[in-house]
Amino acid sequence: MTLSRFDLFSPERLDEAVALLKEKGKDTFVMAGGTDLLIKRRHQVIHPRTIVSLKKISGLNRISFRSGKGLTIGATALLGDVARHRTVLRIYPAIAKAAGNTANVQIRNMGTVVGNLCNASPAADNAPALLAMNAALNIVGPQGKRVLPLEDFFLGPGFTALQPAEIVTSVFVPMPLSGSGATYLHLSARGRIDCSAASTGVALTLKGPRIDKLRIFIGACGPTPLRMPKTEKILINQKLTKTLAVRAGLQASKESKPISDVRANEDYRSKMVAVLVRRAILEANKLARDNK
Amino acid sequence: MKHEITLKVNNDTYSLAIDPWRTLNDVLREDLNLTGTKLGCGSGDCGACTVIVDGRSISSCLTLAVEMDQKKIMTIEGLAPSGEELHPIQESFVEKGAIQCGFCTPGMELSAYNLLSQNPHPSEKEIRESLSGNLCRCTGYNKIVEAIAESADKMKPKKKKGRKK
Repeated sequence: MTLSRFDLFSPERLDEAVALLKEKGKDTFVMAGGTDLLIKRRHQVIHPRTIVSLKKISGLNRISFRSGKGLTIGATALLGDVARHRTVLRIYPAIAKAAGNTANVQIRNMGTVVGNLCNASPAADNAPALLAMNAALNIVGPQGKRVLPLEDFFLGPGFTALQPAEIVTSVFVPMPLSGSGATYLHLSARGRIDCSAASTGVALTLKGPRIDKLRIFIGACGPTPLRMPKTEKILINQKLTKTLAVRAGLQASKESKPISDVRANEDYRSKMVAVLVRRAILEANKLARDNK
Repeated sequence: MKHEITLKVNNDTYSLAIDPWRTLNDVLREDLNLTGTKLGCGSGDCGACTVIVDGRSISSCLTLAVEMDQKKIMTIEGLAPSGEELHPIQESFVEKGAIQCGFCTPGMELSAYNLLSQNPHPSEKEIRESLSGNLCRCTGYNKIVEAIAESADKMKPKKKKGRKK
């Protein structure tokens, strides 16, 4: 069977892009970097008839920061640009790290953070840290604009809460509070190039020596990135010790739902969740103490 | 429907009518006969298809040619533009024995070019990280890393005389 042939549209305005998606309907896909979309076409997972590229929409590749408000990463901002961005490195190091650890150099020069989210892989490198930091998506569609917490976006492998003809225009991350720290840790068999076999994003805020606010997510160990509420409960209002971090890691391991696949088996993943969560909590706690 | 596009490859300008589903790799190899750019995995893992677009390395197998309209592209054929003298990166690859079968070499050299244009004095770790998107099945990578380190030394900007610190 030959690969699908498609029409390519590169509108210069968002409303044109939404109108095109609505008009073309079935087998129409939005493309940012194309590094997932074109592979899926090649592997015949999808058969696009129409592709709407976002690259010519001006301003959509912007990475902007407003002190006191937060960081906005546009839909076509490249992974490599996010990873190297000075403000992101200084104020959102976990997000820079996740972007810089996605795939390889060439893919980071083509692919985007928002595209990585919209592809909705359970292993998406950029999801756990953004989720932990309470990110939200700016979405535009036929009914206008809406804001959706990233936590409500992932529905299953490859499935999101996006409605037909909707486009994610950017991801917004609130300004971290003083006394807070966030980390992203991941493991993969072949270093950076491979998809993560297990990953975690942790963000916490201290009040005095105790953990006041905390969000823990793990990636690649369930159908979507998963929040770990029981693990969070063990830690909240507590002063973090090594013993407590070990206990939290073991709880996260119980809460995760890994499967066995080509990247790792279930047993290994469960054990690694305990290790990653333990390390990430200790690291985030240290960053939070330094950030007072 | 075909798109009329202009590609600027290695300082040559081409006007082409291209089907939207064709990749930059297809067009470079089949239409422009620039076969130095290879096609390996076709899914962005192996780096054999690496080219430089507007100063950055990308995988030409995952890039639609139509989206490259008006962009400045450099392929391996453009690394040593005179066609007589080799680029210092190429020289070092030859001297260090960093080439065996040669299939990965164009991609490796352009990844090295991408690294050295951003970071003229890379550490060994940085060199290895910069090759995360390029696979080689022959050399075991050590010779390639040595070659890139040597070419970085060769390309080092000469210190200006009389410059005070």
